Amino acid sequence: MDHNNQISLVLKWPRKSINIDLDVKIPAQGVTAIYGPSGSGKTSLLRCIAGLEKVKHCTLSFRDQVWQSAKHFVPTRQRAIGYVFQEASLLAHLSAADNLNYALKRANPGKPLATLEEVVELLGLAQLLDQFPDQLSGGERQRVAIARALLINPDLLLMDEPLASLDHARKQELLPYLERICHQYNVPVIYISHSLWEVSLLADHIVMLDAGRITKSENFLEAINSPDFPISQQEHISSLLQCKVMEHNEQWGLTRFTLKELTDPVVGQKLNEHSLWLQQCDLSAGQEVRLNILASDVSLSLSHHEDTSISNILPVTIISIEPLQHGLLMLQLALGESILRAKLTQRSVDRLALSVGQNVWAQVKSAALIQ
Amino acid sequence: MDQVLGLTPEDWQAIFLTLRLATLVTIILLVIATPVAWWLTTTRSKLKPIVGALVALPLVLPPTVIGFYLLIAMGPSGPVGEFTQSLGLGTLPFTFAGLVIASVIYSFPFVVQPIQNSFEALGKRPLEVAATLRASRLDTFFTVILPLAKPGFITATILGFAHTVGEFGVILMIGGNIPGETQVISVLIYEHVESLQYAQAHSLSAAMIIFSFVVLLLLYGFNQKQKSIRVIN
Repeated sequence: MDHNNQISLVLKWPRKSINIDLDVKIPAQGVTAIYGPSGSGKTSLLRCIAGLEKVKHCTLSFRDQVWQSAKHFVPTRQRAIGYVFQEASLLAHLSAADNLNYALKRANPGKPLATLEEVVELLGLAQLLDQFPDQLSGGERQRVAIARALLINPDLLLMDEPLASLDHARKQELLPYLERICHQYNVPVIYISHSLWEVSLLADHIVMLDAGRITKSENFLEAINSPDFPISQQEHISSLLQCKVMEHNEQWGLTRFTLKELTDPVVGQKLNEHSLWLQQCDLSAGQEVRLNILASDVSLSLSHHEDTSISNILPVTIISIEPLQHGLLMLQLALGESILRAKLTQRSVDRLALSVGQNVWAQVKSAALIQ
Repeated sequence: MDQVLGLTPEDWQAIFLTLRLATLVTIILLVIATPVAWWLTTTRSKLKPIVGALVALPLVLPPTVIGFYLLIAMGPSGPVGEFTQSLGLGTLPFTFAGLVIASVIYSFPFVVQPIQNSFEALGKRPLEVAATLRASRLDTFFTVILPLAKPGFITATILGFAHTVGEFGVILMIGGNIPGETQVISVLIYEHVESLQYAQAHSLSAAMIIFSFVVLLLLYGFNQKQKSIRVIN
């Protein structure tokens, strides 16, 4: 990590509910997800970065600027941040347009990250500008709030579970906007979430928090492709593969993806190229994508069957078998340098006599494309 | 005697004096009460309950008690009186300035409390939002706090004004009954009754009833309207 392009935070904050004690460095580029269960101190961490909490034992620097040290505290209004709160935070006495103008008038000097026209277009706000916050739906309010945070022209965008207060449908509506923002603008984003799905869509880097302590801070793809990645049982268990678009087959309406190795292959080493055929997408060959594969969409067989309707059959090695609830087991399978997760019944595992270290074939029924 | 709307010139003089007093007192109160209400809302100081109780004291004390101590304090040998005399201003009792000071103290809780309530209802979030939008403290006050707390300020203005118009005991104690200087409506009504001029007492009293009713009607009508556009956050 480039020493000058990082956010460095040391925080000791004994609170009534939780004792926060952490020391973390976050890259000041791309999207960093702060991931952890509720009450693990995610929001407290973000509020300290924003300067909304004045904690005694906190040292914080952003790139070459010291935002907080023993003697020094830069107030929130002087930190070049944009902040999206968990629930709607629009100023209730101003229309959507005036909420945006409020930020524009007070924006950080320098070349603007985005113009008003751009964010209105990007977040689909044209129809909403004349409305007041109480006339907007929860999802619309968050879109205006995100636009407002961009218009302050931040050097760092902080988002505190911007989807948490929305129902499932609204989340699905807002997620594409978030993806667009994270990928379109060259501003580092720190994104708090307890949803692995959101993290899979957005994150380049992950910081995992548990009971006020950092359990992991690393590249997200590497993290989720390591066998000790903690899989929450509430979530749909899934795996995330970094893939490359190879070719399109017009006749079948399919696209072929190959698995990209996470680390650079050793020169001269023969690569075992794993391919997946999925429904055709409109991406050009060579483009990199992430594929999210639900554990319930993966089944195993002991031999390579040709007489099956499933066209994606990959050679894997079982690296762990862990019990889930209701007689189900989660198997982690090594696929090149990535990890594929499968959810099987205890009965299937017994019947096939599966054990750790065994080489088997994984059949993948479907995968979701994440750009 | 020339009468307008059944009121004598003496009555009108008292009415204008009362309105002048109430207007001036309300303006002074808004200026003083706002920072006090803000301090009471945001402070973590141990002094908060003490200051809160002091501010609310006029709500429970008989006006004569306040009037009595103000009379002593502002009198020739009281601390305030000695101070004003040393400035060559004479003493404050039985002057319009004395009435203003007394009224400000007496009506203080009626202005502080609605403003404080509306500040407390705002919560921390709008202030945090303003801070992340790079607004300075002063900027935040005028562009966020004031507009969001407007209902509290309107209630405070109406209550402060109406309460000053209606006060009697404190004024009688420190202001007496000097026409054009300290003779406000309530005192004049008392004077009319004392001298058995019931007809005049009637017309002034009726005017006061109508005035008070209209003020309360405005207040409740306004509050009703506010409810339909509740602040969301």
